[in-house]
Formats: sequence, structure tokens, C-alpha cells
Amino acid sequence: MFANLSYKTQRRIIIIAFSLIPVVLLFTFAYLPVFNMFKYSFTNWNGYSKSFDYVGFENYQTIFTNPKYFSVFKVSLYYFGATFVQMGLALYFATILSFNIRFKNFFKGVLFFPYLLNGVAIGFIFLVFFRPDGTLDTLLQVIGLGHLSQGWLLNPNIINISLAGASLWRYMGFNFIIFLGAISSIGKDIYEAADIDGANRWHQFRHIILPSIKRILQLNLILAISGAISAFDIPYIMTGGSNGSNTFVIQTVDVAFKYSKLGLASAMAVVLLIIVILVTLLQRVLIKGDD
Amino acid sequence: MYRLKYAAGSTFKYITLILGAFAALIPIIVVFFSSLKTNAEYGATSPLDPPQNWLNFSNYTKAFVDGKMLLGFGNTLFILTISIIGATLIGSMIAYVLSRFKFRGSKLLMGAFLLATLIPSVTTQVATFRIIDTLDLVNTRFAPIILYLGTDIIAVYIFLQFLDTISESLDESAMLDGASYITIFFKIVLPLLAPAIVTVIIVKGVNIYNDFYTPFLYMPGENLQVISTALFKFKGPYGSQWEVICAAIMITIIPILVAFIALQKYIYNGFAQGSVK
Repeated sequence: MFANLSYKTQRRIIIIAFSLIPVVLLFTFAYLPVFNMFKYSFTNWNGYSKSFDYVGFENYQTIFTNPKYFSVFKVSLYYFGATFVQMGLALYFATILSFNIRFKNFFKGVLFFPYLLNGVAIGFIFLVFFRPDGTLDTLLQVIGLGHLSQGWLLNPNIINISLAGASLWRYMGFNFIIFLGAISSIGKDIYEAADIDGANRWHQFRHIILPSIKRILQLNLILAISGAISAFDIPYIMTGGSNGSNTFVIQTVDVAFKYSKLGLASAMAVVLLIIVILVTLLQRVLIKGDD
Repeated sequence: MYRLKYAAGSTFKYITLILGAFAALIPIIVVFFSSLKTNAEYGATSPLDPPQNWLNFSNYTKAFVDGKMLLGFGNTLFILTISIIGATLIGSMIAYVLSRFKFRGSKLLMGAFLLATLIPSVTTQVATFRIIDTLDLVNTRFAPIILYLGTDIIAVYIFLQFLDTISESLDESAMLDGASYITIFFKIVLPLLAPAIVTVIIVKGVNIYNDFYTPFLYMPGENLQVISTALFKFKGPYGSQWEVICAAIMITIIPILVAFIALQKYIYNGFAQGSVK
């Protein structure tokens, strides 16, 4: 029946039929929430009452003047710092595993595997890892550094480093596999030519590998920044945000769902969104100027 | 001299690789050891000590039964299956339209999908929650399903990339034979998209299996627990029985490990392709 229609009619029908659901979903779950979020952020809505008042910029004022709300961004810096270590390690392992090496597949598999694990499982694994007399303390004793043992998750000065470490463990494999894919798409003949020219491994890395994977590096950097700002799983599961490990997202979820301050929580989310977008744009501009 | 330097470099490479592998594995191995220990043994031995009895599975039965893990697997499977089928169909259809037809607004539509990637879903969660609530989907398995379908821009990207490599002359020759667009899509394009579909299934599947945030927020009901939330429930009541929690952790890891070993090749490809080149 459908086949009897002219291609022009078919085309029109198929464009509408195939786009309808994705477009409805896109607007309902990507754009409408953003729009509503801006709207709620100017109200004192608690999330369930029928009526609410517009309060202007009061919520924003609270966020920027009450240190309790803004201090959580300091915690993001730990995760942000960790992502550089993470990407450095990923780049190193991806580079050496792109060349001939024994047990290549074993190492690839092992380094990537943590990324596939459930966030809750990882949170628990690291509770075991960091507990007093747990894995880390025991390992330190074995290598004679037992005096470094301490309350990894109890000491507010250390806790975010520990949690960022767990996050590094979790996401390193992701960066690694993406870099590995990008490096393997570089033609073999380029290395051969470089070998003939007498370039050593470092030169090859610096002048062949690095430029070819620049784009992927940028993309991963953007993901890393928004990831650092929106850290949630690991600190929430492991500490619930206690001992100074509260992140912006944990706080937003608490403000919205525990304390029923939806207006304030929305304003926090708006601030978060604006930061993420600014950082992304800034990066684009900076990196473009570099080309 | 060169040879010596080369050998030193090579040794350094292997040492770092072994250290890396050790760092990746040791936290998991300790949990595996602990899951096979008795409560007394767990308290008395060092985390690095292997269990006395390698076949002590009592923690596993306890975790599986008390934690209602079967329910968790069931719900996860249900959500996973519907979301993946839906995401594959919806994603490939919109990608087909966007890549093959130039129509008024097609650029705009493409832009709308692109722009949406800029919005981290975690920031809009509070507002999204209100929408799901208005739709009366909170505490149903359809809340995560509709969210996994709706925010799936990565799948669209992957399909778009693949569609670029499928020649349009194929479509045209089918049209000469009188095939309708529906036939072309389902009989020609979709089968050719098979590698992209495998990629989407893997990337999406891993995300859904591991997601904690969405089910935790949208399905707090007892009967609706998925693997992540089932595991999370062990925190608290089992605070003094870490060997049981360790067994529960292993129960969630084993399916992933099996899938990883079986699908290794596709998984690597999947992630490389998922990374929007």
C-alpha cells in the first residue's frame, strides 16, 4: 500500500514518521528541562505544592553569598586535577600498547576492565581498599611505608584525594581505549618513514602521535571538565558527601529531594550548566587559536 | 650502547605495564578473596591473604537471596532490552532521515541534536524529575526506559557516521526496482548498519547496566530495584559483614567479566567508534 504512493509523498511521510518520536523525546527530555530549570530557579517552589512565588534573583544570591553552597566547587578541583593524571597515564599506556609488546591483549583488557564495572561496585571496592587496615594500608606495610597509613576517608584533608583516586581508577580505562583507537588509526607507513629519518620513540610521539590525536584529546578534556564538576557516584556511594567530600551534584540532589527546595536546587543547576558551557566554549576558543 | 638503552627502555615499559595491571586488579582481587572468607576469617586475616577454603560460597548464596539479586537482574534485563531495542530503532530512523533527505529544517534539526549534547543531563535532573513525575512515570520501570531513549544522542551520531559510508546509489538502485522507502530502510539500510548496531548495543548496554543515578532517583520502590540499587542496599544493614557485601560485588561483576571476555573485540571497536571522531 505504502509502496504505491509516489516517492515524493513517501518521502514526506517517512520524514515525519521517523522524526516524530526522536524529536518529541529530544524536546521533552533535553530542552524542556532546561527551560523549566531556568523558570524554577527564580521561584521558591518546594516541588510539590500547587502554588509558588517568583523571588527574582534571591536563590542566586544565596548560592553566591553563602559559602556553604559555593565551597563545593573546591572539591571539583581535586577531581579536575586527577583527570590530568588520568589522561597522562591513559596516553602513556595507549602509546606503548600501540607498538609490539608481549601480552598486549592481556594488558589492554586489564587496564580497560575497571571502566566496565558498576559505579556502586566500585564505590564498595574502594571502601574496602581505603578502610583502616584495608588493602592500601596493608600494601604500604608490605613495601615498608606503613607509617603513611591513615584514615583515608576520615581525614578531611585527604578524603578528596582518596575519592579522586578511586575516580581515576574507574575512568582511566575509558581514556585509554579511546586514545588507543585514535593512535591505531595512524598509518603504519608514517612510522616507517620516521624510522628511516632516525626519529626516536619520543620524537615519534611528539611529532606523529600527539598531533594526530589532538582532536580526541580535546574531546576528552571537555568530558573531563564536565565530569569533574558533576562528580556524583563515587563520593555519594562511599561517603554520602560527609567529611568535606560534598560535591555540587550531591548538594543539588540533597537540596532538591531531601530539603524540598526545588527553586534553590534549580538555581544551583543553572549555575552548573552555565559553568560547563562557559568552560566548553572557552576551550574551543583557546584551542582554535592554537591551530 | 643503543641496544643497552633499548633494553632499559623495554624493561621500563614492562615494569610500568605490570604496575598498571597490578593497580587495576588488586582492588578487585582483594574483594574476590574476601568474598570467599568466613566472617571470623575476614576479621582475622590480612586483606591480601587468600581465603582458606576456595569453595566457600555461603556469602554468595546469602548475598543473592537476602539482596534479592535475582529481582535486580530481572529488572535490569527488562529495562536493558527495551531501551536498547528502542534506542537502536529510534536512533537509526532519525539518522536515516537526517543523512538521506535534505528538507526544510533538516539543518535546524541536526543542530538541535548537536546542541543537546552540550547539556550535561546531570544538571537538568531536578527539572527532568518534574517532567517524569507529571507523566506519572516515577516508580515505574518506564521512567529510566524513556530517559535512556530520549537522551540518546550518541547513538544518533554513531549511526550518522556509518550512514555516510553506505553509498546512496544503493538506495537509488533499489528505487529503480520499485522498492518503497520503508523497504529500503528495513531491508537494505538496517542490515548494513549491523556493525553500528553492535556498537550502540555495547556502549548503551554498559551505560545502562552501570547506571546508578537514574534508577536510584526514579525508582525507589522495593520491587523495582536494579543491579546497582540492589547492591547499594547492602550499605548499612551489612556494615559488619563485608564478606557478604564483597560477594554481592562479585555477583554484579561476574556477568560483566563474562561478557567482556566473550565480546572483547567488539567492545574495543565499540568504544573507539563511540568516541565521536
